[in-house]
Amino acid sequence: MNALMILGRGALIAAIGLLAWQALVWLTGVPAFILPGPVRVGERLWESRSLIAEHAWVTYAQIIMGLALGVLLGIGTALQMILSPFYRSVMRPLVVFSQAIPIFALAPVVTLWLGYGMASKVLFVVLIIYFPIASACYDGLSRTPQGALDLARVMGASRLRTTLRVRAPYAIPSLASGLRLAVAAAPFAAVIGEWVGSSRGLGHMMLLANGRGQTDLMFACLIALAAFTVVLYFAIDALGDALVARFSEPLG
Amino acid sequence: MNAAPGLTIEGSARFGAVQLFPKLRFEAAPGLWTSLLGPSGVGKTTLLRLIAGLDTGAIFDGQVSASDGAPLEGRVAYMGQGDLLAPWLDVLGNVVLGARLRGEAPDFAKAREIIARVGLARHERERPFALSGGQRQRAALARTLMEDRPVVLLDEPFSSLDARTRTEMQELAGELLAGKTVALITHDPGDAARLSHRAFLMNEGDLSELALPQSAPVRSYDDNEVIAAQAQMLRLLRSGS
Repeated sequence: MNALMILGRGALIAAIGLLAWQALVWLTGVPAFILPGPVRVGERLWESRSLIAEHAWVTYAQIIMGLALGVLLGIGTALQMILSPFYRSVMRPLVVFSQAIPIFALAPVVTLWLGYGMASKVLFVVLIIYFPIASACYDGLSRTPQGALDLARVMGASRLRTTLRVRAPYAIPSLASGLRLAVAAAPFAAVIGEWVGSSRGLGHMMLLANGRGQTDLMFACLIALAAFTVVLYFAIDALGDALVARFSEPLG
Repeated sequence: MNAAPGLTIEGSARFGAVQLFPKLRFEAAPGLWTSLLGPSGVGKTTLLRLIAGLDTGAIFDGQVSASDGAPLEGRVAYMGQGDLLAPWLDVLGNVVLGARLRGEAPDFAKAREIIARVGLARHERERPFALSGGQRQRAALARTLMEDRPVVLLDEPFSSLDARTRTEMQELAGELLAGKTVALITHDPGDAARLSHRAFLMNEGDLSELALPQSAPVRSYDDNEVIAAQAQMLRLLRSGS
């Protein structure tokens, strides 16, 4: 019922967007190589579906692998920072300053080191999301209610068990917000990695199509990317909501 | 079961240059309830946390000791102002949390028995949000009992409960914690008058003993002597500030 309403509203907004897009094309009369209409892009998407699918799965796989690795590494780093004061003293400034470094500027270097294949894009996605995830998780892990920590202390819990059985569950809402940030950034990272240097993937295809004046193909690729990003975002969002409901008290 | 030791804390505490309380001595007799009554901000909670071995942020000059000479660590259970139930665990999971945190295999049979004793048998699979305030406090009491420590420290354990639930919890805790050395911090004269074998007023750093009825705790809430003792405590609390 609720999901249907959200879906219905989404469809309505999409329909309005498509109409506005088509209206813009008609009213301005711009040539198709500058701005193709949605009908034309749709046709192109259908005609070139096997070509687009072949490249899309590469990009999708890079995004998923990068996300999984980046999230695992980020969580691992945050746990390690809580467990080891030395590690914390080393990593904390790094995690803080990394937010100020334009990691996008590292894309050419990553490509230089790891080549034109999938590895460089996966690493790039990892680099983009690792620090925000580590930072969000560390924040969550260090904001455990004092009373819960006191209780664990009096009960005779070790540092490791306190971290895993008390701090970690209380940090789940922070992890969920970290995941939402990561899932929004990961597709960007993969496509930018492909723009810098690749032989496959949606980013690669968009560059090629652009160079050949096939603007409709470029838009078709963009739609394939956007659709995946939206689906991924909603999946992670639902996962985050489920985790928060499982681990914290519902409000009210 | 090991005999409950008495405990003594003697010393002074300060935050930097600001004194929290001057040198004082607080004793809890073995196997009995000792209450510490006082207004907020006189250092009652700090005193209790020092006994529990918890961080206080204060500098403590003195010592905490048990009457049998052995260290207190590992022999203390603590119940704080909130119920501190883990929101992701059901009642049973919360009651066996201590064992899990020590890496021991939980004794579920014992846990179920204790849960039944606090009257939550039908709720052992429910998570805290599904429980009422009184039920949550019962679950916290069950968790404290499960720890089976000879010394129990209570920091305003009933302060968030409504009047009726509060009197019920006083009776339940008094009955189930009998035989243990209990130190109860409270700002409610009712807690002190009903539950303690000895009670002290903490004010501006000195402790003075409060008069209690002759009868043994847990005393009835409508007993005339209890009401009189409560009124006298209130009088002293008001004149102290």
